[in-house]
This record gives sequence, C-alpha cells and structure tokens, in this order.
Amino acid sequence: MSATVLFDAPGPRARMRHRILTGVGLLIAVGIAYVVLRKLGDAGQLAAEKWKPFVTKDAWTQYLLPGIWGTVKAAVISIVLAAVFGTVFGMGRLSDNRGIRWVSGVVVEFFRAVPVLIMMYFAFNLYARNNVFAVELNPLMAVVTGLTLYNGSVLAELVRSGVHGLPAGQREAGLSIGLTQGQTLRSILLPQALRAMLPALIGQCVVVLKDSALGYGITYAELLSWSKTLGSAYANTIPAYMAAAVLFILMNFALTFVARKVEARLGRRGVRPTPAAGTAVLGADAAAGGNPAGPSTAQG
Amino acid sequence: MGDILSNYDILGAFWMTIKLSVLGTVGALVLGTVLAVMRVSPVTTLRAIGTSYVNVFRNTPLTLLMVASILGMTYILGMSLSDDQQTNIFRWAVIVLSVYHAAFICEAVRSGFNTVPVGQAEAARSIGLSFGQSLTQVILPQAVRGSIAPVGSTIIALIKNSTVASVIGVSDAAGMMATIVENETGTFGVFLIFAVGFVILTLPLGMAFTAMSRRLAVRR
Repeated sequence: MSATVLFDAPGPRARMRHRILTGVGLLIAVGIAYVVLRKLGDAGQLAAEKWKPFVTKDAWTQYLLPGIWGTVKAAVISIVLAAVFGTVFGMGRLSDNRGIRWVSGVVVEFFRAVPVLIMMYFAFNLYARNNVFAVELNPLMAVVTGLTLYNGSVLAELVRSGVHGLPAGQREAGLSIGLTQGQTLRSILLPQALRAMLPALIGQCVVVLKDSALGYGITYAELLSWSKTLGSAYANTIPAYMAAAVLFILMNFALTFVARKVEARLGRRGVRPTPAAGTAVLGADAAAGGNPAGPSTAQG
Repeated sequence: MGDILSNYDILGAFWMTIKLSVLGTVGALVLGTVLAVMRVSPVTTLRAIGTSYVNVFRNTPLTLLMVASILGMTYILGMSLSDDQQTNIFRWAVIVLSVYHAAFICEAVRSGFNTVPVGQAEAARSIGLSFGQSLTQVILPQAVRGSIAPVGSTIIALIKNSTVASVIGVSDAAGMMATIVENETGTFGVFLIFAVGFVILTLPLGMAFTAMSRRLAVRR
C-alpha cells in the first residue's frame, strides 16, 4: 500500500474520521450505482429479455464468438509481426553502422508518433485501391498493418533499452573471446535482452488487443462491431456493449496475470526485467518522442 | 496536391484535434488527480472505488467507449448534451477522452507518490511538521516532480487517441484524412501531411516533458 509514505498509524480520532469517510465513500458508490441503474431502468435496458440472449447459444455462436475470434486473430498476427519488426529495428538502432542506426531511429520514432487509426485509414485505402489483397481481407490486413507498425516500434525501443540494461561485462566478454560486434549482439546480448523483456512483451499484448477495436473504424469485424450487430439483432444495445466491455476486460486481465507470473518467474531466476516492464504491464502506454517513461501507451 | 490543400480545411481539422486534446487533457488531469487522491487515501471504500475505476477503464478499448457514448448514451438513454448533433458528438468525445485517460493519469500521479522514499515522510514528522506541512512542504513537491514524465506520456497518448473521435463523426484531423483518401488520389502524400502534423503536435511536447522531468528530477 502506497499510503505508508503519507500516513502514520491512525489514532482514535483518525480512526473515527476514516470510519466517517468510509461511510461517505460507500454512499458515493451506492449513489452512482443507483443513478446508473435508474437511467438504465427508465430506458428499459434492465428488462429480463434484454439480458436473456447472453445465456442462449445463438448469441454466442453467431455474434460474440466470431467477434472474439476477429479480435484475437488480428491481435495475434499483429503481435507476432510486431515482435519481428521490433527485433529487426531494435537491432538496427544498436548497429555499428551510423546509416542503419539513423534510418532505424527515424522509422521507430515516426511510427511511434503517428496515431494508429491514421495508419489504418491509410493502409485500408491503399490496399483497397491497388487490390493488394482479396476484398474481404483488406480490413484485417489494414488493422494488422497499423498495429504492427506502432507496436513494433514500441518493441524496438524495448529491445534497445533491454540491451542497454545488460551489464557491460557481457558485451566485453563476447568481444574479448573474438566474436564480432554483430555476433556478440546476436548470440549474447539479444537472447538475454529478449528473455528479460518477455513480461513487457506480454504487457504490450494488452495494448494490441485493445487497439484492435480501432478496426471498427475501417469495417473490420471484431468484437466491438459484432456486439453492435448483436445489439441491433436483439434490440439490447446497452447490454451488448457492456458484454463486449466485460469480455475485453477479462481477456486483458488474463494477459496481465500471465505477464505478472512470467515476471515473478524471471525474478526468481535472477533475470532482471527491463526497466520498462513494470509500466508496460499496466497496459498504459503513451510514449512518443523519446519520453523517458517507457514505452507503454494508452492507445485505444 | 495543391487542390487538396485548397479544397479541404486541413488546418481547421487539426484545430479540432487541438481543441479535443486540450479539453480532454484538462478533464483527465482533474478527474485523474481526484482518483489518485482516492487511491492513496487510508479509507478502504475510496481506495476500492479508485481501483475499480482504473481497472475497468484501463482495460476497455477507447473505441468501445466512444461508440457507446453516442449509440448507447445519446440514442438509447437520451443523454444528449446539445440539440446540435455535431456539438453533442464533440462534447461526448471530450468526456470519453477525459474519462478514459483519467485512469492513466491516476496511475501516473500515483507512481509519482511511490517515488518518494518513506524516510522523507518520517524525517518530516520527526522534525515536528504536521500532516499538512509534511504533505505540502516535503511529499508533494517530490511526488509532482516524479510524475512529470508519466503524465507527459499520457498527455501525448491522449493527443494521438483524440483521432478515435473520428469514429463517431467528429471532423478532426483523422476524420478529414479518411474523407480525403476516399475521394482523392495521391493517398501517400495525404498520409504524410497528416502524419507530419501529428509529429509536430507530439514531438516538441515529448521533448519538453523529457527535458522538464530531467531538470526537475529529485536527486537521490
């Protein structure tokens, strides 16, 4: 509990005050719940038939499961490609060659600063005009393009900070036994850095999963689009969005849980996670333009 | 290319993005700070409210909140914020941006508190400062400096995320770009213009926050 910095162990008067504030907090919570339920009730959104579809087979097999599949498909393809992109450009930024370093730096900083949605609009239009993919594949490929470029750049920064976080002796040892710079990077530094950034990588999956909902803007059929369709089919718009939100939250909780487990496991083996790991696991994220706060962002 | 620049009000679209970002930032900072105070308070229920808020909004896609604010809140619940359709959409977009990013601001501010070592509070108390004095003279100055970098990152994310408002029909930079690439040729140039526009909006801000957090860093 972070409160220890601020507060002493409470005395009798402070305990009384805390009890009163607890009551106030409870009142606020109950008040909010009352207002929300009242509003929903007035609009008829609490009626049993609005919620019944969620315990039937049809709502799941025809709407929610295809939605989850769409979201997961886009997220998994993107995170795999982003990991490749991140490793390539992360290594590029660590290269001896000044030209490669500079180009990788520009690419990474550019794609970190440009909103994902703009990249998706652009990619969607580009693919559709030039018939790059089959028509029904265009939205998926545009979503994957946007997510890969942005998250790949974030991961490239993670790779770089991971390698910088290793003890200098690792690199020196590699060079002193006669490996070249490239060999040292590939066979000594990178494997350690990648292992240490594993929790951050899983944390980045939360961002990818959430951002795949941006595909709604370019007609990609993911969970949000499907829950909108479900809302029209059963005339239960608000329950449908709530169900989608709960599903997103559960998926993200699962990912965060796995990330914590991996982090704890690496910690026991004495591998230090990269400095950014902690923030990325929060799923927060926001860095553009060389911010020191680590690569997490709140993309949407 | 010249036609595109003269036929479309690109600067106006970016002005809309700036308006969304500034108002959203103000809302997120206010709400996020209140939540952070709740999360570090010694009162259990306030802490629980703060924690649930952060967990819910940090794990829900912003796009879902945007869409639900119009199709759910406005159409089904009748919570219209203006008789004018465009104004209603704009106000909801600002509220959603604030509500979503408040969760991240809350965590950023809280991480600032966590950078203050317990010894600082103990030292403050042992020289006889009251709770209020140690808070305002010792803890807060250090906590604020510690939270500059993460709050800066969140604000930059908010600027980029303001593009999501285009999904519900706000005519911001992203909405404008979607219209132009649909109607005109020369897509790549258009993309570059808008991408550079966002780089101009975010890069100097990021550098400013980085410089500020370095200069104000508490030496330990």
